[in-house]
Amino acid sequence: MNTEETFDVKPIGRLFAVLSYFTKINLAGLMKNFSRKKAYDKGIKGILFLCASLSILTTIGIISVLIFETVEFFKEVHILDFLFDSQWTPLFYEKHFGIMSLLCGTILVTLIAMLVAIPLGILSAVYLNEYAGERFRSIAKPVLEILAGIPTVVYGYFALFFVTPLLQKVVPGLSGFNALSPGIVMGIMILPMISSLSEDAMRAVPKSLREGAYAMGATKMQVAFRVVIPAATSGIVSSFILGMSRAIGETMIVTIASGQMPRLTFDPRVPIETITAYIVQVSLGDTPVGTIEYNTIFAAGMTLFIFTFTLSIFSHWLKKRFREEYS
Amino acid sequence: MVENNVFDISALNVWYGEKQVLKDINIEIKANCVTALIGPSGCGKSTFLRCLNRMNDFIPEFHLEGKIINNGTDLYAQKIDPIEIRRDIGMVFQKPNPFPKSVYKNITFGLNIFGVKDTEKLDKIVEDSLRKAALWDEVKDDLNRSALSFSGGQQQRLCIARAIAVNPKVILFDEPCSALDPIATGKIEDLITELKKDYTVVIVTHNMQQAARISDFTGFFMLGELAEFDKTKKIFTDPSNKVTEDYITGRFG
Ligand SMILES: Nc1ncnc2c1ncn2[C@@H]1O[C@H](COP(=O)(O)OP(=O)(O)OP(=O)(O)O)[C@@H](O)[C@H]1O
Ligand SMILES: [Mg+2]
Repeated sequence: MNTEETFDVKPIGRLFAVLSYFTKINLAGLMKNFSRKKAYDKGIKGILFLCASLSILTTIGIISVLIFETVEFFKEVHILDFLFDSQWTPLFYEKHFGIMSLLCGTILVTLIAMLVAIPLGILSAVYLNEYAGERFRSIAKPVLEILAGIPTVVYGYFALFFVTPLLQKVVPGLSGFNALSPGIVMGIMILPMISSLSEDAMRAVPKSLREGAYAMGATKMQVAFRVVIPAATSGIVSSFILGMSRAIGETMIVTIASGQMPRLTFDPRVPIETITAYIVQVSLGDTPVGTIEYNTIFAAGMTLFIFTFTLSIFSHWLKKRFREEYS
Repeated sequence: MVENNVFDISALNVWYGEKQVLKDINIEIKANCVTALIGPSGCGKSTFLRCLNRMNDFIPEFHLEGKIINNGTDLYAQKIDPIEIRRDIGMVFQKPNPFPKSVYKNITFGLNIFGVKDTEKLDKIVEDSLRKAALWDEVKDDLNRSALSFSGGQQQRLCIARAIAVNPKVILFDEPCSALDPIATGKIEDLITELKKDYTVVIVTHNMQQAARISDFTGFFMLGELAEFDKTKKIFTDPSNKVTEDYITGRFG
């Protein structure tokens, strides 16, 4: 698969939708509303149109640069080397461009984060929704949301200086930089998002379904796990996917706490490097623009983009597919 | 036939917060009979019905005084586990509420949560319950289809089958036909008449003819009080209370 051939411009529209989905701003709706009032105030409309176009143009710009630089990169590196070489050493004298070792780091950390965030997220959503009283929930939800507002750099140092030393006491052979600690901390970071979105999905399950189960002698736990969670599956799974996209793209925590050693391993105890951390490393270094070393970050960025883009399309598909479940 | 009481209810008072919605209700509900509860909207019929299987427990401001004795057990005694109660006293709701699962899984839901795993037994109970609910012929080839893909009347009979599957002693119906057309209603009425051989039925209805057709006893609720309770025949031919007469002849409500 060569990215320069398979990537056409059509997904821009979809990207626009995804973008407005993530920013929670209904851009398309905004524009439609204002165009209805065009007789009213054409000047305002023009300005707003410019603003909206600006965001589209920026997106187009970013993607064009990404594609352009990726094409440049693949003029020098063969796609097969990129996909199948087991080493990633563009900054060394003997260069290897095997993206798999970076991808492996990203996947490993994401996996650990999800292993922490999914069970805790579901359990806390179940607790908030089915067990907690109104008062507890009104306190707990904002607290969880504060967790989401902590700057990621704080999480990063928290992982490096607190969690890692703590883990070193129980996990034998754990290096100072590793995948485990940032993975766990990242899990804690995305936990509020998963919990809150899952809770929304569970709350949307009609009360009548719960009553139906209770009326047959089901316990609270049975109602939660056999009725509410299955009925809310699509919402819950898309919260996982959103959390996962967040984990894949997360940069600060891994840059600080996971080391800078790309390697093809699933051992969570040794230093690794993720795609995002690599991009930071090169961007902050003195790599000259236009060199192959420099272009690697675009190829890496493209890989990341394709990864998260696929995930968000999958999550949209999932939502559509299961929407009619309880209507 | 010796008629014994499934429910002996005395001095029942119910509040939602400060508001009293049931006042000094005394009533006996007989086994293997259909007891209908009628009355104008908001008079407390549903509240009363939901007291019988402790479904009101989920409402925080709900508060009850008085006694509801079910076959010798005080339903609101300290040591009573409401979960156990609801296994014996099933309920069918106004709006059909099948789970978004297959027909088969809907019926086996109750058995699964009680830990029944034997597939042969499950298959048999599924067939039996669907037959009793007069739905078997319509769904026997579609047991794995989603319950939500059936019509409202079929869904309601599925909910009845689901309630029957756990083999309760009493089934409570809260306006089970209000969302259904006359044909589906007729089927459910036949079904309820059939059910009283094996179960005790209490049904809330706004349909006077329905109460007259299927019930043995009728209770008329009015502003939270049980205005009259008697044999259905007596209530509909010779009510002792003027208000009851006005209500069933449609002069108000
Ligand atoms: N959860 C609740 N909290 C507070 N008040 C309630 C609650 N549920 C019902 N009520 C009130 O209690 C009274 C009795 O309600 P109930 O639902 O039992 O009436 P009903 O006879 O079943 O009426 P309908 O025929 O319309 O179903 C009504 O005045 C209602 O407003
Ligand atoms: Mg009611």
